[in-house]
Amino acid sequence: MFTPLETASGRQVTFNFDGREFTAQEGTPLAAALLGAGVSEFRSTPVSASPRGPFCMMGACFDCLVQIDDVTVQACMTPVRDGLVVKRIPRPDVSAEPHDSAPQGSENSREALRA
Amino acid sequence: MSRDIYDIAIIGAGPAGMAAAIEADRRGASVVLLDEQPRPGGQIYRNVGIATPRQREVLGQDYAKGDALVTALERSGAKHLSDITVWQITGTGRIAYSRKNQAEQLEARQVIVATGATERPVPLPGWTLPGVLTAGAAQILMKSGGLVAEDAVLVGSGPLLYLIAAQMVAAGSPPKAMIETQTGSDLQAAMKHLGGALRGWRYLAKGLSLIAQLKRAGVRRYTGAGDIKVLGSDRAEAVSFTWKGRELRIETDTVLLHQGVVPNTQITRSLQLDHRYEEDQRCFVPVTDTFGLSSSPIVSVAGDGAGIGGAAVAALSGQLAALGALHRLDLITNETFETSSAPILETRAKELAVRPFLDRAYPPSQQTLKPVDTTIICRCEEVTAGDIRRYAALGCKGPNQAKAFGRSGMGPCQGRYCGLTVTEILSAENGISQQETGALRIRSPIKPVTLGELAAYQEEEHA
Repeated sequence: MFTPLETASGRQVTFNFDGREFTAQEGTPLAAALLGAGVSEFRSTPVSASPRGPFCMMGACFDCLVQIDDVTVQACMTPVRDGLVVKRIPRPDVSAEPHDSAPQGSENSREALRA
Repeated sequence: MSRDIYDIAIIGAGPAGMAAAIEADRRGASVVLLDEQPRPGGQIYRNVGIATPRQREVLGQDYAKGDALVTALERSGAKHLSDITVWQITGTGRIAYSRKNQAEQLEARQVIVATGATERPVPLPGWTLPGVLTAGAAQILMKSGGLVAEDAVLVGSGPLLYLIAAQMVAAGSPPKAMIETQTGSDLQAAMKHLGGALRGWRYLAKGLSLIAQLKRAGVRRYTGAGDIKVLGSDRAEAVSFTWKGRELRIETDTVLLHQGVVPNTQITRSLQLDHRYEEDQRCFVPVTDTFGLSSSPIVSVAGDGAGIGGAAVAALSGQLAALGALHRLDLITNETFETSSAPILETRAKELAVRPFLDRAYPPSQQTLKPVDTTIICRCEEVTAGDIRRYAALGCKGPNQAKAFGRSGMGPCQGRYCGLTVTEILSAENGISQQETGALRIRSPIKPVTLGELAAYQEEEHA
């Protein structure tokens, strides 16, 4: 859990994530604003639908991905502004069609090597 | 189209990039400094220009040292492009970047890459769970989100782990425990470098003082811990580990990982510069000369991106890279070049003296260098260590082949958090050196760019 170091002094703005309203200091990285509000799961992975949230906070790991205006962005690199509407990346339907996962990939590679 | 042409373009506004920009500007070059963040400072001095008194109190004196560089940069004539994403640099000095959803480009006669470091990958069972972050991320949250981790467990090793723990203590939120992976024999091995460490005694004294602060605050430390796992189904719930032959478990919803930092070589690899595997720091570094000049005559690398040395070394390396570039551009004389660089080289050697000791005292843990088969090593594509070993058994020799076999390194992070691990595993499995096993090739765009941005850019190209 993450808690504030001090009472916020900057301008407070409202934004929306996944249908919920949140308040944060303007300009705070979106990922920090959500972590501060107790949200640590931002998305599900396309491979196994496992939950993920911020990991590096510096734009390197791409685990904090969210969608703004239908564009996938890194929440740690996106400053909060008033009225921002943030959506979760649509959850992939992993049950319907198996992803070309690593074990299967290695079988293919095995065949390729034999060929 | 006409595009801006600069004498020197610098990528990254951390200590190395800021120092390079200040030095180059002061000596008459036209300078552009490109950076991802809204404000200069890099990760180490992130937001120092707008830090509150409370943040300064918590983050300490070394953080405040960033003030001087930020102020000097702001007073300089260097053009600082903030909030931008560089996604391509060519061997001829053309830099493509996006700013406010618009692709733009510029050209430079000399390029200084000062993109710093990233956390070394820490592949442990459960490291992908929400609530597990890097220790560096927790520090960034103090600098940039005004947040401190509460009841967190710190896992790993290295001087930065002590600094962050002490900052958490200063914030009134000491870590619940520190699970440390370095062992007594690591310390013993480091002892032969004690001479160097004593020359860099300030660093050593600071480290000892941090450890003393943690002791006073009653922070529980478990050194020499092994078999570390983060437990939880949808988020972190606990950490289990072995310590002195016992199995222990600590409940926590926040786990902060750290196994040291490694050079961020995405840009230098995308430029296909020569790199070598650095045995002491167990990572790839671009091959550079004393002034940071790479295998390209127009590209220098300064700061942690050229090998881990810390913030003070980074600033000195930035100055040296700038002097080298100025000299190649004939903007300074031979004499100025030599007399200006000599004292900086001397200071840098002193600042680097402690490194061999630290590298050996706090090596990456065996558990993270050789993860068990079920551990995910590629976070994006969820490829496990066992998958990589299977590829090795099928004849896979390097990370680029492994990427084709099973997608490790193909996801959005472009191998930033799996590349080194894949190299280590393949090297161990195949019995060939990390150098020969090699690193992932990096292609532009090195950061995601929208199709719209790319299309607009292409139009400019053909206009």
